[in-house]
Amino acid sequence: MKTGPAAILLAIGAYFGFVVAVAQFHGVSALALGLPSGAIATLAAGCGVAGAIWFLFANDQADSSAPWQVMAGLGVLCLAFGSYYGLFVAPPEQYMGEVQRIMYVHVPTAWNALLAMTLAFACAVIFLFKPDYKWDSRMEGAIEVGVVLAFLLCCQGAIWAKPTWGVWWDWDPRLTTTAVLLFAFLGILALRRFVEDPARRAIWSSVATIIAYVDVPIVYFSVRWWNSLHQQQSNPGTVSKQFWLPLRLNAFGILFLMVAFIMIRAQLATLRRKQEMAPPLPEVAELGEAV
Amino acid sequence: MSSVMNQTSASDVMRRRSRLFMIGAFVVAAVAFVIIAAGGINKNLVYYWTPTDLHAAGDKAYGATIRLGGMVAPGSIKRGGSITGVEFDVKDAGGEVHVKSAGVPPQMFRENIGVVVEGTMDRGGYFRCNRLMVSHNNEYRAPKNGHPVDKKQMEKYIKDAQ
Repeated sequence: MKTGPAAILLAIGAYFGFVVAVAQFHGVSALALGLPSGAIATLAAGCGVAGAIWFLFANDQADSSAPWQVMAGLGVLCLAFGSYYGLFVAPPEQYMGEVQRIMYVHVPTAWNALLAMTLAFACAVIFLFKPDYKWDSRMEGAIEVGVVLAFLLCCQGAIWAKPTWGVWWDWDPRLTTTAVLLFAFLGILALRRFVEDPARRAIWSSVATIIAYVDVPIVYFSVRWWNSLHQQQSNPGTVSKQFWLPLRLNAFGILFLMVAFIMIRAQLATLRRKQEMAPPLPEVAELGEAV
Repeated sequence: MSSVMNQTSASDVMRRRSRLFMIGAFVVAAVAFVIIAAGGINKNLVYYWTPTDLHAAGDKAYGATIRLGGMVAPGSIKRGGSITGVEFDVKDAGGEVHVKSAGVPPQMFRENIGVVVEGTMDRGGYFRCNRLMVSHNNEYRAPKNGHPVDKKQMEKYIKDAQ
């Protein structure tokens, strides 16, 4: 079973995540394996992300039985619990009030958009190192899902910005570099549609992905390098404990859904390529002559 | 399908070419990153000026549309009476700038919060603001009253009291 190690990693992540959540709920410091709760949370998050990526890469999308449904189901479950907790259980922020609740989708979307671009980058490097079309398919899937997430990110950001900052959009470094990211990867998808030869398409778009990926660390560091309207990254020290659980649950919800969508899109890319590479069907007239 | 490209000798040529492409892509990416991260863009790309920058610019601050960013000085917010809109001081470690804004500020606007104002320096010694944006910091806090008590904090208080 190809998904065995991934399932084990996900189970470990879920267990330690549960330990941390329960301990937090009771206001005590979690102790498992003699680790402090910060370390357990990191361990849980690491196992969860590693398990999801393992699941994505262990399943060959040429095999149509690749169980993307498992990931989609987990994602919907996490997103449902996280959103319920974020909307109805967690208290509103002291100054922002109810508007702050959009954080529970905005921040997970941002993390996962950057992760999707990172997966696309990894696929591009692996393809150029060891040409195998399955990496090209996965790259296409990751870019497509990453572009959708980046677009959602900008929309959610605008909805949050209007009531807090007072404007829908401004060309501050963080927002500008994110818009550049969205359009750069959208451009790569356009490039893929223009190149008909699958080998050239794979190489060119891999090269373009590696170059476009430069923008990802720039998006991350933009709030530290330059004066910006957007605040710097938060950390557990700057966010009240009551806000942690919905944020983390939704982050994994979107991650699992993202993996499911990348699997579907990669499968589709493979099918499309197979059709392109298949010899053309004989003309009807020729068939008649043969008979 | 995955082994198709690995079998023929033509694929060896392709593999070598694709590795060259990879090296090329990495070189381009690395150069671009270094230029942006360490190069002069940091100095040339300025989203807003701080009050310190504005004072240092002297005469250059007048005329052009600029953005000014800083904290709203406590006790400086004035509204109503003869004032249309709102007036306040934007401060940083190096000084203050008086700002006059005609519009209604966003709900988050208050003392000690970050703002970015867009407009021009007036010869009258104040900043005429056309667009007022509030920039909050990275802190998100639950209200202190009427919500689940932080037990750890409470234990600490009790310990301190003893």
